[in-house]
Amino acid sequence: MANKILVFIEQRNGLIKKPSFEAAKVAADLAVKLSVTAEAVTVGNEIEGLEKVGSYGVTKVTHFKNSDLTNYSPSAYAELITKFVNENGFDILFFGTTSMGKDLAPRVSAKLDTGLAIDCIALNTNSSDIIATRPIFAGKALVDVKITSPKKVFALRPNVFNPGVPSDAKADLTVVNVDTPNLNVRVTEIKRAEGKLDVAEADIIVSGGRGMKGPEHFHLVEELSQVLGAATGASRAVVDAGWRPHGEQVGQTGKTVSPTLYVALGISGAIQHLAGMRSSKYIVAVNKDKDAPIFQIADYGIVGDLFEVAPAMIEEIKKIKS
Amino acid sequence: MKIAVCVSHVPDTAAKINIGSDGISIDPSGVTYVVNPYDEFAIEEALKSKEKFGGETVAISLGGDANKETLRKALAMGIDNAVLLKDSGYRDSLSVSKALAEEIKAQGAELVFFGKQSVDFDNSVVGQLTAELLGYNCISVAVSFVLDGNKIICEREIEGGKEVVETNLPAVITAQKGLNEPRYASLKGIMAAKKKEIIEKIPAAATNYVEVLTMKKPASKQAGKIIGTDASAVPELIRLLREEAKVI
Repeated sequence: MANKILVFIEQRNGLIKKPSFEAAKVAADLAVKLSVTAEAVTVGNEIEGLEKVGSYGVTKVTHFKNSDLTNYSPSAYAELITKFVNENGFDILFFGTTSMGKDLAPRVSAKLDTGLAIDCIALNTNSSDIIATRPIFAGKALVDVKITSPKKVFALRPNVFNPGVPSDAKADLTVVNVDTPNLNVRVTEIKRAEGKLDVAEADIIVSGGRGMKGPEHFHLVEELSQVLGAATGASRAVVDAGWRPHGEQVGQTGKTVSPTLYVALGISGAIQHLAGMRSSKYIVAVNKDKDAPIFQIADYGIVGDLFEVAPAMIEEIKKIKS
Repeated sequence: MKIAVCVSHVPDTAAKINIGSDGISIDPSGVTYVVNPYDEFAIEEALKSKEKFGGETVAISLGGDANKETLRKALAMGIDNAVLLKDSGYRDSLSVSKALAEEIKAQGAELVFFGKQSVDFDNSVVGQLTAELLGYNCISVAVSFVLDGNKIICEREIEGGKEVVETNLPAVITAQKGLNEPRYASLKGIMAAKKKEIIEKIPAAATNYVEVLTMKKPASKQAGKIIGTDASAVPELIRLLREEAKVI
């Protein structure tokens, strides 16, 4: 079926992002299954520990290097990867469904004229096909799809595929210096939200909804986030009301998340919110309305006043962490 | 300058989604369809760009007759013209993009806005695919947009922050919430939109490379335990999170 598999390794600031290790592991496992080889490709300037992709089973990594490529450039990255794919005959490509992956994978896919399955949460192979499962309607439904073009591009949802325990193996690194990258579209600056974890990347999320009764009470959500090492999230209602920034919104018109633990404070659980967080491994809900839909999917619930319960949670967690 | 905005007609986010009898599409009965929420930001940015730089705006939608409702909404907000690419069969993202790219080319639009994703199939790729097919530059997930002469500067949302992206026309921009505040259609706009003609075209067929094999509902989650009704339940909750779930 396939000849060669390629996984894109995403770096930001010279550091490899975790979803790339997850994708590397999936690529390597698939290569074993199909008796083919899996390689990795990355674009950037100085990148730390590229050989480490070897510990997830990928034996070779090619690094396209130029000082203008430290930051993401959609035009340059897409061009370099496409050329590399064409010159080396790769026919299955993996990306992470990150903000870079979502931008880059379709560009490469269009250049190669391939089908693209984005945000995959499962991959299964039978004798002739790779079947990808992906959520639609923010997770209210799932589709199984197969790509019928000769080359295929898959982007994997972060935090879903287990990268396993890394071995000591190191990948062979080839550095290719790029003379004049195509910088038609280029990132000139990155503005970090100071010291804040993003809900899209967090392992634990504490979200607040309308039950918080006003922006002045969100310090409770933030404090609980802090003691848990969690990101702070919000429901659409409170973002629309201007209590919280849009970057924190979880749900069908915000971010779809699947953390290990999701704590919902004063969130009743509108359909569009549940769609965005229902695949969390564990859900805790605190709400004074026992009929709130959030309790239908929560693993643990407290039907009570969050203004009493949340401070008690903060204290209790502080106690066990000290 | 000719400015295009591509819009899709999708189930409201409050809708319950059920699977149709064919097993590969949704059951549309009882589902209300609306303008894709992110496309409203795209329409607004197209209107603002016209107000600033002059020119003409056109809204393009691919789908069945029902999409006219969404096109009328765009017209009511102030878009000048509307084109329906009539095709109600299944198309994958690339096949949709091929039809849109063809029409954008025919329109001669140099600046094109999309919503960052449709809230139905959630692919979030049609803007980028269309840009590549057109050979246009593209910035996705934009939360700000500045056009100065030929030069475009946008901020786009990334994990834990934003990145500032620069490029030039011709370009495709995909809109994220936060880009602007979409205006409400005025009564005058709504009346005028009713009279406007929606141009119908049949797009060229394109091969689908992504085949939907099955559509299904996710495994339903079992409702868990209600641990208590006040702060006295907290120690037990924390114990369960540590010992049963092992997440803290």
